[in-house]
Amino acid sequence: MQAKPFSQNDSDSSLSSASWWHVLCLPEALLDFSRSPPTHIVALMLTIEIEGLRRLLGILSSRGYLLLGPTIRDGAIVFDAIRSVEDLPSGWTDLQAPASYKLQKRDDGALFGFAIGPVTWKKFLFPPRVRLLAAQRDGKGFTIVAEQHAENEARPPMAFIGIRSCELRALGLHDRIFMDGEGSDPTFRALRESTFIVAVECLQPGGTCFCASMGTGPAVEEGFDLALTEMTSGGSHTFIVRAGSGRGEEVLRELGGRETANDEAARRATALECAREDMGRTVAADRSWLAMAFEHPEWDEVAKRCLACANCTMVCPTCFCSTVEDSTDLSGEKAERWRRWDSCFTADFTRVAGGNIRPTTRSRYRQWLMHKFSYWVDQFGAAGCVGCGRCITWCPAGIDITEELSALRAPVIHSPRSAS
Amino acid sequence: MTHEAMTAPAAVPDPMTVHPVSIRRVVWETDDTFTLFLDLDRLPRPFQFRAGQFNMLYVFGVGEAAISISSDPVKSHTLAHTIHRVGTVTSALAQLRKGDMIGVRGPFGTSWPIEEGSGKDVCIIAGGIGLAPLRPVMYEMLRRRQEFGRVILLYGARSPLDLLYRVELEQWGKQHHVEVIVTVDRGDSSWKGHIGVVTALFSYIKLDARETAAFVCGPEMMMKYTLDELERRGLPENQVFLSLERNMKCAIGICGHCQFGPEFICKDGPVFRLPDVRRLLERKEM
Repeated sequence: MQAKPFSQNDSDSSLSSASWWHVLCLPEALLDFSRSPPTHIVALMLTIEIEGLRRLLGILSSRGYLLLGPTIRDGAIVFDAIRSVEDLPSGWTDLQAPASYKLQKRDDGALFGFAIGPVTWKKFLFPPRVRLLAAQRDGKGFTIVAEQHAENEARPPMAFIGIRSCELRALGLHDRIFMDGEGSDPTFRALRESTFIVAVECLQPGGTCFCASMGTGPAVEEGFDLALTEMTSGGSHTFIVRAGSGRGEEVLRELGGRETANDEAARRATALECAREDMGRTVAADRSWLAMAFEHPEWDEVAKRCLACANCTMVCPTCFCSTVEDSTDLSGEKAERWRRWDSCFTADFTRVAGGNIRPTTRSRYRQWLMHKFSYWVDQFGAAGCVGCGRCITWCPAGIDITEELSALRAPVIHSPRSAS
Repeated sequence: MTHEAMTAPAAVPDPMTVHPVSIRRVVWETDDTFTLFLDLDRLPRPFQFRAGQFNMLYVFGVGEAAISISSDPVKSHTLAHTIHRVGTVTSALAQLRKGDMIGVRGPFGTSWPIEEGSGKDVCIIAGGIGLAPLRPVMYEMLRRRQEFGRVILLYGARSPLDLLYRVELEQWGKQHHVEVIVTVDRGDSSWKGHIGVVTALFSYIKLDARETAAFVCGPEMMMKYTLDELERRGLPENQVFLSLERNMKCAIGICGHCQFGPEFICKDGPVFRLPDVRRLLERKEM
């Protein structure tokens, strides 16, 4: 893998310093140490070193968990099965910009010193392909030989090593969709409830991140069993470990570690605050105006650039649309139904007998963005965007959803469409 | 039943589970529209539904289609679906004969609020296959005929040969004191009735707007003109109900296909009260 320097690299100093989070520091007056640790959820907090992390993975393995974590493949950091600390992307970071993603070496040996890659954790709980049904022809009829809920029985429980705050929030959104309503999904439910969550805090935002303005990060605040904060400074390499659940605390007690010093906790708070401040993109909190922007001329402008390739929906940690495919074997005796990820950008997505409801790229992009920031709030009580920035990085046209939101907010003076 | 099966814990009903059932009878209503009557003996539980709800019908190896239930909700031994042969799945359904088997999941969605018409006049406006999900409403109302004032059915089809349920249309008019007025887009040599769009039929009736509930189902364009006409005639918006159609894969609000603004047609609909979707209907390519 070639570690190319980023063309418009303005973050060299933060990468080369042994104490990179120091570089980002704010004046002390701006820091509110009382924010850290958020005591209302911290049951137990310890500090471990890299050997401790190695032991943690061992403990989870011995408890039967399949370890899933970040690892380097095909020039990107992806989430996949890992065996030990050696599989983690030690000393690598990612440089991200619209339509651009590159790995680069960092000199502090950090294991989680990157933001996020193209793979989302959702693929483990909402798999890209799930068999819903297998049926066998039987005279004039057929019998069901396998159902969806039975498919989960043989799977080992999973441990997510290194999930970020934004994606934890995305998981929370999926909980509402797949577990709360009448549409409970047996696959998601079975996998979700057994999954052990080891979250990692982001002390260095990615180039396209905007979680701070969405209120979804970078601090890990809820929905985890254990939360790690990786500290690489002054030649030491430690992890603050917080327990966020009963089973997390049980594992942490077994793991052990030294008491976290006050100044470590303070440095964590400082670094998180710096990460918040250092995020280059923001989305305004008030988005109530968006519902009225349905005929805004910006939809035409973005449609000229959008390729309707569906990349944004594939890398999005909250996108949940799926379709169903039916097939038979060559004899026609055996049939299967598979659910697979789908995208509101595809041509068939809204096809009905009377035609296609959304035939244009304009209406599909509009559906995607308005669903995330407007309809989702009505449907599930929160926005459907967690600010991970993947859709910006992985859009081949470099369309930036935060810029689109700003453009859509601009008042319409005159346009041919709105005048007609 | 074996002892083992009887003592097994009751399975949690999975809304994605397909239940195989046999076709009891196939009735061709028109050249391209047919009604499948299903035998429900094999279902694990008695099938109960409300007028306006739909099922997902599965053809072995071909796929599923969302189809409204068109039979009487109190007749629990059978279940009818009137189907327009138009896509892959409905064409496969059209190939099936008595004794063949299909899969059923359901019922899904909201139902027509028949009680809203109680003590009032009820005006049903249907276009084409849109009469199918309204037939259970007719059965229900005719059974409780004295609860309602006037019952009016305005029905439009493409041609005389495309009219659904012709025998019943005549029965409802003659035996149950229902004002049935039918129109077609194109007549033929034998047609002596009205020709034109269904909204033209409003000129033949006088609605007591304050005291009428309206149930509307048909092609979206037909419904839009109908809603305009009802508004012109002074029907309060919250006395108007309509049934919408969108692409559906799951029917339980998780596949995302049927989204209509903030609404999931499959679980928030298909039957909506007009004020809940009025603004959405005005938006193109929603």
